[in-house]
Amino acid sequence: MAGNVIEFRHISKSYDETQVLKQIDFEIEAGKFYTLLGPSGCGKTTILRMIAGFLQPTAGDILFEGQRVNDLPANRRQVNTVFQDYALFPHLNVAQNVAFGLEIKKVAKGQIAQKVEEALRLVQLSGYGNREISELSGGQKQRVAIARAIANEPKVLLLDEPLSALDHKLRKEMQSELRSLQRRLGITFIFVTHDQEEALAMSDQIFVMNAGKILQSGTPVDIYDEPINHFVADFIGESNIIPGKMKADYVVSFDGHEFDCVDAGMKQNEPVEVVIRPEDLDITAANTGQVNVTVDTQLFRGVDYQITAHDVNDNEWKINSIHKTTVGQLVGLAFDPEDIHVMRYGEDEATFDARLERYE
Amino acid sequence: MKSKTAYLTPYFLWIALFVIAPMALILYQSFFSITGHFTFGNYEQYLSSGVYLKMTVNSIWYAFIITVLALLVSYPTAYLINHLKNKQLWLLLIILPTWINLLLKTYAFIGLFSQNGSINDFLRFVGLGSHQILFTDASFIFVATYIEIPFMILPIFNALDELNPSLVNASRDLGASAWQTFRRVIFPLTMPGVKAGVQAVFIPSLSLFMITRLIGGNRVITLGTAIEEHFLVTQNWGMGSTIGVILILAMFVVMFLTRDRKNKGGQIR
Repeated sequence: MAGNVIEFRHISKSYDETQVLKQIDFEIEAGKFYTLLGPSGCGKTTILRMIAGFLQPTAGDILFEGQRVNDLPANRRQVNTVFQDYALFPHLNVAQNVAFGLEIKKVAKGQIAQKVEEALRLVQLSGYGNREISELSGGQKQRVAIARAIANEPKVLLLDEPLSALDHKLRKEMQSELRSLQRRLGITFIFVTHDQEEALAMSDQIFVMNAGKILQSGTPVDIYDEPINHFVADFIGESNIIPGKMKADYVVSFDGHEFDCVDAGMKQNEPVEVVIRPEDLDITAANTGQVNVTVDTQLFRGVDYQITAHDVNDNEWKINSIHKTTVGQLVGLAFDPEDIHVMRYGEDEATFDARLERYE
Repeated sequence: MKSKTAYLTPYFLWIALFVIAPMALILYQSFFSITGHFTFGNYEQYLSSGVYLKMTVNSIWYAFIITVLALLVSYPTAYLINHLKNKQLWLLLIILPTWINLLLKTYAFIGLFSQNGSINDFLRFVGLGSHQILFTDASFIFVATYIEIPFMILPIFNALDELNPSLVNASRDLGASAWQTFRRVIFPLTMPGVKAGVQAVFIPSLSLFMITRLIGGNRVITLGTAIEEHFLVTQNWGMGSTIGVILILAMFVVMFLTRDRKNKGGQIR
């Protein structure tokens, strides 16, 4: 492994009375695509600005390739940022914008031209060098901002919600382009977003944040399939979260029944929450599934139907099904033990990981 | 359509009566000699006699010095105010003196600079003896610059205020030091403010006349002084108007030189 490019050690940040980051610890490995995911105000942009050097932590150390960089100014850090509002220089044209960092570094003229051309080619803007910034569309500005950052060949590229201003289709396009760009360049990307879909689609590793804390880190699949708590389960994707009780290892009870599951390591009769993803539920005839529910609403979304229903205990169920059903009808819901994920109340990430380690 | 014309009428009237008519009158007057005969003599005299040309060069030179000094003081001041917490309050304090009548401010400086003024009192107190401060070129330039500074600070402050702070961050992020950021990003992007400030200071400075008399002691003769003399003292309205036309032309030249050269249509955010 290439080792850690960036490490945060017990970082906190406070403004006057409010603490925006609480004891943040993480390591960023070289060459991977990381995403900081969380609702607005969770502190994700604060972390990004600290890596870039625009903010200093109140306590803790930031390490860059093993060196403490807390006091290193932004212009002397080997990271570049793609800003949310692009921050392209309006008095310079596209090529001059991309060349900005190289000129500062006093790279030879011929080499600058070559690198600018290369960077523009990577973002598919070859031949746009002489355009003025005001002549570009939002998507093109976005690409210029990325070209300007990667032209400097940074060790780490920071992206601060760069796709939020683009329309849905363009955003999808840029997601896959960014992903393949990262693979080609091999630069570490740290991407900040509040869009869970974006995070799942692009990342090698996701840090889910809320209220100044990292709640869970892991691959998109880990986080989606095994969310650590209610917040993560609810924030990432859609989910049915039902309160229940752990009867024994691999047996959980909720909704008045006991079910087999694949989770263990909890106390007997411990109150837990059960997560079942809407797409894991299959609609069957009444009394043939594990639970009987009455269909309340049905919404056609193109790929599938989004159905809401309630059971006898008034728990609400969300179901995504490719088959149509009828509103008001009693149907059965079928799911497998693997579709059930059990979450404990107030479990921290280290305990959670250790518990999973034991029985997986 | 009709109502639109009705709304615009006062403005057209205003422009016709108070902008176009006076300029036309000045132009008209400049073609008459002191005896009331049509002539090109005034222009001939202006161009042939060294006195007027020297006066013009003098005016431009003084206006240039005043503008440069005002810019040197105003840019850092505007930059500093823009970084302060209560910047609008500080700006107000800077603008406040412009509400006071120009003549009053000028008289205040006579009180400060005269032989028995506060500054000479102080110089005598520290044992440096009294000096001739009033009626010197330096005092004229000082007072003129002082009076013009708010008009320079205001547009520069506005330009700095409108500058998108993330552009400064972007520049730092791309490796530029604070000074490089200023030179390559902040200054070029606030250039429109600087130009507006130069226009607001240079053109009035060309025709200053009261300060030349009260502070400069009539030792500094500018085009403004000459116009005043011709209209009020020698009653040579033709010659006065000719110099007026020259001043108007000079203003157009300054406007042309400080125009927005590259109109990219892009707003500086």
